[in-house]
Amino acid sequence: MALARRCANRKFEDMSLLEVKNLQVRVEEREILHGLSLTVNLGEVHAIMGPNGSGKSTLSHVIAGKPGYEVTGGEILFKGENLLEMAPDERSAKGVFLAFQYPVEIPGVATMTFLRTALNAQRKARGESEFSTPDFLKKVRAVAASLNIPQDMLRRGVNVGFSGGEKKRNEILQMALFEPSLCILDEMDSGLDIDALRVAADGVNALRSPDRAMVVITHYQRLLNYIVPDFVHVMSKGRVVKSGGKELALELEASGYAQFEDAA
Amino acid sequence: MNVVLAKTETARALSDILAIARDRLPGTGKVADHRRQAFEAYESVGLPHRRIEDWKYTDLRVLMREVLPLAATPDAAALTRAGTALKLHAIEGVRRLVLVDGVFAPKLSEVADLGKGFSIRTLRDVLEAGDAALHALLFAPENADSMVALNSAMMTDGLVIEVADGAVLTQPLHIVHIASGAAPAAMFTRSLLKVGKAASATLVESYIAADGAKAYQVHDSLVVAIGDGARLDHVRLVEDGREAFNISSAVLRLGAHAHFNTFGMTSGSSVSRYQAVIAFAGEGSRVETNGVNLLNGRQHADTTLFLDHAVPNCASREIFRAVVDDRGHSVFQGRIIVRPKAQKTDAKMMTRALLLSDEAEADNKPELEIFADDVTCGHGATTGALDESLLFYLRARGLSEKEAQALLIQAFVGEAIESIANDGLRELAISAAQRWLAARG
Repeated sequence: MALARRCANRKFEDMSLLEVKNLQVRVEEREILHGLSLTVNLGEVHAIMGPNGSGKSTLSHVIAGKPGYEVTGGEILFKGENLLEMAPDERSAKGVFLAFQYPVEIPGVATMTFLRTALNAQRKARGESEFSTPDFLKKVRAVAASLNIPQDMLRRGVNVGFSGGEKKRNEILQMALFEPSLCILDEMDSGLDIDALRVAADGVNALRSPDRAMVVITHYQRLLNYIVPDFVHVMSKGRVVKSGGKELALELEASGYAQFEDAA
Repeated sequence: MNVVLAKTETARALSDILAIARDRLPGTGKVADHRRQAFEAYESVGLPHRRIEDWKYTDLRVLMREVLPLAATPDAAALTRAGTALKLHAIEGVRRLVLVDGVFAPKLSEVADLGKGFSIRTLRDVLEAGDAALHALLFAPENADSMVALNSAMMTDGLVIEVADGAVLTQPLHIVHIASGAAPAAMFTRSLLKVGKAASATLVESYIAADGAKAYQVHDSLVVAIGDGARLDHVRLVEDGREAFNISSAVLRLGAHAHFNTFGMTSGSSVSRYQAVIAFAGEGSRVETNGVNLLNGRQHADTTLFLDHAVPNCASREIFRAVVDDRGHSVFQGRIIVRPKAQKTDAKMMTRALLLSDEAEADNKPELEIFADDVTCGHGATTGALDESLLFYLRARGLSEKEAQALLIQAFVGEAIESIANDGLRELAISAAQRWLAARG
């Protein structure tokens, strides 16, 4: 608490966008993250790599506020504020965006209705005025066109009947629309063929900005050929066991994760 | 098993209520005979209770306990209060027919310039005039169900609407039942709609209350005859006061190649029951019946449908959705009977309940009795909570818990609401659902 108060008094410009410090997380009595630390600054793209079960997705879920995870130690600061005390919708309004590995289908809720409800909810929480319908439509259409998303997709239920690639593009559409300062991309490459992957990656690259940071979670190096990171972190057994530049990903591709499993 | 229940004090008091009301009940001669028989049928059972299979989940002896005295004829003050309530629920583009405390209110209704092709009369007028054919239709509902019998015995007023053969009514008819809130009392109404051959009409029924209306009782019934090749669209919205009782029955009969599309939604009243018998009397007809219950607090709402496939080549579809919060209790009973001659029947029923709290209850009882061998019949029933993964997805996109729930609830009931053919009426149902969601906070 003392730390949180101290941070609140500091100016955000002086600190990192995201600071994960010694994070320990349990799911049903089993500890998944054992003291994970990670610092992300605006303008940076970080890749988190690791074998299945290393805790990559758990980290993304805990940052977004998914229920079912018990934080037993450590903290997460976002723009200097204690993220763990916030509800998922507060985190979203503050600028946290998780692109889901498996975006859910919501039958009966038209994509357009969903987008407008979400955008206006975030704006309302920040004390901003709601978008008027014509302004909103203009904005969505422009973003959709840049991502090759046809208008009829926007009229359908959220993700209902969408292909794997369309679901991922819908996530990127939301990312572009909500303009978050932190984007976490959870296994964006899963279920995508090479063409779909390229379209999605182009969409993400277009959103790279000095006012935004990205955390790209992936099992495979392949995605990082398209979204080139500034930093690469290797996770194993619930910790970051090695950090380095983009060359670390290539090293992993050649030698595999086995070396780190022992190190952890 | 023959169960004999001791007659309660309140059941005895009812004969006093009838005796006092007798002067105000329209009709003499055969009508009075019908009333007497109906009252005897009611008295032999009294209020239905859980040991009557059809009423297993809605025990009126426990929930309602007594039948209240007949409401007074509305005075000027009551009509003013009703007029205020009506403004809040006004729908554009409909012909309004208003019953206040169970009595037709011409000043609040639009009965001028009817144009050709249909007629509107009050039940009171029809019962007092000697039209044997209409009387036969009005007394068509059997007295086997004691609440129908009670309604037959006590019916005071209502609308009798006849649509001529071939007439196409583009303007929906809107029967509005308003409880003025003068005093706790019961209103007994019955309406009749006759849709002629190859005619088409739209009927809306709403149940609302004026400010301050407390524990009143609505006892309503509807008799509908849809002619050969005719079409009827029907929407029914129960938005009664939160202490009110609404016990309604409907008896509908379709000729050949007829089409009936109906949607009902209950978001008001303390205890409600809607029981409808829909009978196919001619081949090649189709029925779509869709319903939604939106309940919270300690509300109890029961929808009991009986589809009677008596003839071949007819189709029926039933979609029902219940959303139950707090200690609410939703009941859906859907019975489909396919009689031996009704080959090529295509009947499907799907009911789903969404429970928003640990104490909420939903009882879904599909019953299929099939006596023909060349039919397509199916039913399904599910009950569950809101999907946590969908809720989290919406919250991760900035929606508060209540906003996320509201969006998923709207989607859940959406399939049933989408079935309403008329755009304006669909909007009406959506806004009634939104009122319920907004009241949740």
